[in-house]
Amino acid sequence: MTSKKQITKTTYQLPIGPIHPALKEPVMFKFEIDGERITSVDVELGHVHRAIEWAGMRRNPIQVIYLAERICGICAFVHPMAYCRAVENACDIQVPERADYLRVVHGELERICSHMLWAGVAAHEIGFDSVLFLTWEMREKALDLTEYLTGNRVTKGILTIGGVRRDITTEHLPKIKETLKYFKDNFEKLRRIFLEDKTFKLRTQGCGILTYEDALRLCAVGPTTRASGVKKDTRVDQPYAAYSDLEIDYMTPDILTGKVKGDVYDRIIVRLLEVKQSISLIEQALDQIPGGDIVSEPKIPKLLSIIKKTAGEGIGRDEAPRGEVVHYVKFDGEHEEPFTWKVRASTYNNILPWIPMLMGNQIADIPIVAASTDPCMSCTNRVTIIENGSKKKYMLDKEQLHRLSIQKTRRLMK
Amino acid sequence: MKFTMLPQVFAQMFKKPWTNKFPAKYQPSNTTKYLQNVSEGKAKINPPIQTPKGFRGKIKYDKEKCIGCKLCIRVCPCGAIEFKEQEKKVKFYLARCCFCSQCNDVCPVKCISMSDEFLLADADPYSKDLIVE
Repeated sequence: MTSKKQITKTTYQLPIGPIHPALKEPVMFKFEIDGERITSVDVELGHVHRAIEWAGMRRNPIQVIYLAERICGICAFVHPMAYCRAVENACDIQVPERADYLRVVHGELERICSHMLWAGVAAHEIGFDSVLFLTWEMREKALDLTEYLTGNRVTKGILTIGGVRRDITTEHLPKIKETLKYFKDNFEKLRRIFLEDKTFKLRTQGCGILTYEDALRLCAVGPTTRASGVKKDTRVDQPYAAYSDLEIDYMTPDILTGKVKGDVYDRIIVRLLEVKQSISLIEQALDQIPGGDIVSEPKIPKLLSIIKKTAGEGIGRDEAPRGEVVHYVKFDGEHEEPFTWKVRASTYNNILPWIPMLMGNQIADIPIVAASTDPCMSCTNRVTIIENGSKKKYMLDKEQLHRLSIQKTRRLMK
Repeated sequence: MKFTMLPQVFAQMFKKPWTNKFPAKYQPSNTTKYLQNVSEGKAKINPPIQTPKGFRGKIKYDKEKCIGCKLCIRVCPCGAIEFKEQEKKVKFYLARCCFCSQCNDVCPVKCISMSDEFLLADADPYSKDLIVE
């Protein structure tokens, strides 16, 4: 038992997780708290290992596509895309040009959905629920379009090895144009709400700063790193599908504001700019799309026998809404099932940058800062706060933590 | 303007809700009674939004056309299809189905198709509605 004098000078420990509101997937944080300030952060991973790769090694390559689709609900396009590209790389399958363009259209549509979802969640984390409903109303339009083009809202099932499964015909074009026009008309409204509203500025400016050096050192990916000014984007650096034919550039916050701060506000700017870029990419892809086949080998039994004969390994990378996704596949030439399948999702790289971001912030800022990297994680319930040195222990559940966040917004407004 | 969301919120007060209230406008006090009334024709269901063309719903199976090649079983990602040895036909368990329509693509005689039916909730995973054969 420590003496009373020592207790007055010690910090508190605040474990958050493995289950928590801002973290949509189990992850464990250990904070050292000095009053309201965070002085040290430690992250523990591995609470949600589902052995999905092991399951994939017992299925044939066509079945694995649907398993890859279910790694993440929001990235239901990019994971199968990286997997299909890895298999195509291993088996030397050439994707038809039209399929490459269709992949760009679906990938960018998913990016719009994902960024809209994130914008709504970010608004919810600071207690601004009217914005949540506004952004999700707009997202619904993107989901309707996804359903119209692929046959389902979230798990699209559009990809196959060597191409895509459904074509976009002239019959589909009017609805795509109409939805893109809706987004363009409403983009300015969204921009004004997110970038000019006082509430957003109060809670996000100067909060959760990730410096350029830290972003590079900790290998952050996606909008998280671009918001810190690092020019890193798989679509530009190593263009895949049809991106090399389209006009695309790195989206960094200095395009809009002229300077890079690397805070949560900058991450909002980057995502908004990317929504705008995605709209233009879909338009470009639909303008330039060539005719031809949409899949290189439509006969699935034949495709499976080609893969069965292949001995070799392949790697597939692509830019998910959250950053770069990498899939690695190896075939042994005797079995249909992959010999190895390895997945590296983008959030894995964005976990460590949480540490410099959270340092020095307040407890009420944890949800918005953690959510600002768009962690691909499942939802939460409670936080235990244990007072160091004594046996007092109390719990904060999701509602209480959310209330703390709302209270801080109110306090700042006064 | 400092609070750019305010005009939007005020404008929303005079707009109709965007959501389609399905199956009823207000939650009935007794759901079973409500559904009973619907089946008797006393109450009306607020219809769901039309599904688009090409929607992947409940599987339709043309048993006469099926040649029993088992290709659908081979590609089904969730093992929802069972082979009936004696008849040389297949049986779909929709409780396991993930509606990817891969069996439609692989079928050499096109005896499987997807309908637009999506209201498939049931308390029993092996009920008559959830097994297609």
